[in-house]
Amino acid sequence: MELTRRKSLMLGAGAFAALALPIRVSAAGEDAIAAFTGGAEIGTEGVKLTAPEIAENGNTVPIEVSAPGASEILVLALGNPTPGVAMFKFGPLAASQYASTRIRLAGTQDVVAIAKLADGSFVKATSTIKVTIGGCGG
Amino acid sequence: MASGVKPRVKVPKTAAAGEAIVIKTLISHKMESGQRKDDDGLLIPRSIINRFTCDFNGQNVVDITLEPAISTNPYLEFEALVPEAGEFKFTWYDDDGDVYEESKEIAIG
Repeated sequence: MELTRRKSLMLGAGAFAALALPIRVSAAGEDAIAAFTGGAEIGTEGVKLTAPEIAENGNTVPIEVSAPGASEILVLALGNPTPGVAMFKFGPLAASQYASTRIRLAGTQDVVAIAKLADGSFVKATSTIKVTIGGCGG
Repeated sequence: MASGVKPRVKVPKTAAAGEAIVIKTLISHKMESGQRKDDDGLLIPRSIINRFTCDFNGQNVVDITLEPAISTNPYLEFEALVPEAGEFKFTWYDDDGDVYEESKEIAIG
């Protein structure tokens, strides 16, 4: 095959698109984290994310978050088409900063919980979940 | 999706004053993520419940923002303080503007 100028341009564009795709996905997750924390330093102690190690069905994966003293907890699934999962805000009558729900995961990926503590600092916990069947209907 | 939506809430009937209780909620809703395609390859538009709140006698317990990554029939579990007898109010907000409400009385005893 003769490599013409047009073909090499197309090749280059294809390679660029293939490279850009995963980068864009994780960038969306980072953007969501930055929007929540405002770029502040994120610690690691003080928030707990409980999730199964292996989820057979990505359509309903049970998760639990708890962060004593937190005012807000943001949960993100970094490998999903859109990383946002849920934002829990706790009011004055919340007995504990704990919540449990069921989420969808497109595939094996990291799930992140970031909590905003009472003093305004941020902490995060990450859990890798292996998914056998993805939950995006693909 | 205004049809077949049925909220269900589990709250104890009585509690001691100042006690922490566990509340479990479930609402039947398909939570269409906006990522799936139908048989013709067209995207099915997003239709989810995007917010849930729980209040007790006008004071907030939790306010949860839901994204498409929440499973069908969203299930939420959390803990609330019961300082006095009163009523829990639960509200779900649908993408299509519908609001589903449910309330539960709780007594001190």
